[in-house]
Amino acid sequence: MNGAHDLGGMHGLGPINPEPEQEELTFHAEWEKRALGLTLTAGWLGQWNIDISRFARERQHPVAYLSNSYYENWLAGLETLLVERGVISPEELAQGKAIDPTPDELTEKCAPASAVQGILSSGGPCDLETDIPQTFQIGDKIKVIQFNPIGHTRAPRYVRGHEGIISDYYGSFILPDENAQGNKIGQHLYNVSFDGNQLWGDDNDTTIHVDLWQSYMEPA
Amino acid sequence: MGHDHSHDHTDPPSDPALRVKALESLLVEKGLVDPAAIDEIIETYETKVGPRNGAKVVARAWTDPDFKSLLLLDANKAIHSMGYTGRQGEHMKVVENTAIRHNLVVCTLCSCYPWTVLGLPPVWYKSAPYRARAVSDPKGVLAEFGTTLPKDVKISVWDSTSEMRFLVLPLRPEGTDDWTATELEKLVTRNSMIGVEQALTPEKLQIIEANEKP
Repeated sequence: MNGAHDLGGMHGLGPINPEPEQEELTFHAEWEKRALGLTLTAGWLGQWNIDISRFARERQHPVAYLSNSYYENWLAGLETLLVERGVISPEELAQGKAIDPTPDELTEKCAPASAVQGILSSGGPCDLETDIPQTFQIGDKIKVIQFNPIGHTRAPRYVRGHEGIISDYYGSFILPDENAQGNKIGQHLYNVSFDGNQLWGDDNDTTIHVDLWQSYMEPA
Repeated sequence: MGHDHSHDHTDPPSDPALRVKALESLLVEKGLVDPAAIDEIIETYETKVGPRNGAKVVARAWTDPDFKSLLLLDANKAIHSMGYTGRQGEHMKVVENTAIRHNLVVCTLCSCYPWTVLGLPPVWYKSAPYRARAVSDPKGVLAEFGTTLPKDVKISVWDSTSEMRFLVLPLRPEGTDDWTATELEKLVTRNSMIGVEQALTPEKLQIIEANEKP
């Protein structure tokens, strides 16, 4: 979707103001720690995947998305998912109290502290085979298709309609656009390089590398 | 859409600390979340998984040519062999800074970041201005970090739009030929592995270490 999350190239957002690395803390408030932990542990209930969860954050009102801090966006996304997936009811969320019984198949998935290291260190690989042939080879000229999907996509607006060159091939990976709708489909994934002057104008001599799935592109 | 069905966006937002507390107590009451598991996650990213992991990878690449070749060819194999596996580091690609090429990593669409080697991302990396301008004005972004590159060095920006996670292999600072990998690690900052800064020079390290002494 063309949401506020798709920030590449936007102006007017002010300076970055980075904190000096040696002075920066991992968290800036106690609640941020709990928001991170809740997002991960609730995710382990298996009621959504990473793209469903990204989409829940992205489809907030743009004003909310840009006003929120990072963990506020995580929290908003988590509340949305828990209610939409029926893990909690809107009334329970509003009251902060359990009203309905929780099905056993959900409580069985509650991860104990002893499982955390194992879950974090194994992660969740995202490669997935496909029967569809690989269309592009390294060095090929491509054009990103012009599209405006209302759902989740990982093709940023700033490269749509532009020409680039295939600079790497990663293999076949889960397609986010479908994954956000609960469909696990593998598709070929490439790294594509774009000339800065193509994307941003004549005085830009940088190269921008973007990972793009096969269906985002056509031969140039 | 969850909490904000009814209010418009001129309402003051409710306090996130209170919302998180209420949500945690609800999920614990419903038997869905173990608060001790949350403690364990926090401790992991506060004390165990952080940019020192990445610094060890970089210092080894600077001192072990075979490891460096493997790292650039098959970063997964190289990094996983050092025990840095798991969440947000399942698929890794390492991009090397050279005398003519400087690399910078961003995630314009969210905040993808190689957790296994760098830990959780800093606030600025997740901020809207960084995500907006890293791709369109990387020189301006580098300048905000006090980084200027020689004229003939070109910039490559890596936008993390898939589950591939990027780590920059910074240039080894001059005057460190006789340094061991353990000594070199201290020169490898988190920011140099994102690409907004260069690795520390021995002189800069001296200043930092002097300032850290009580």
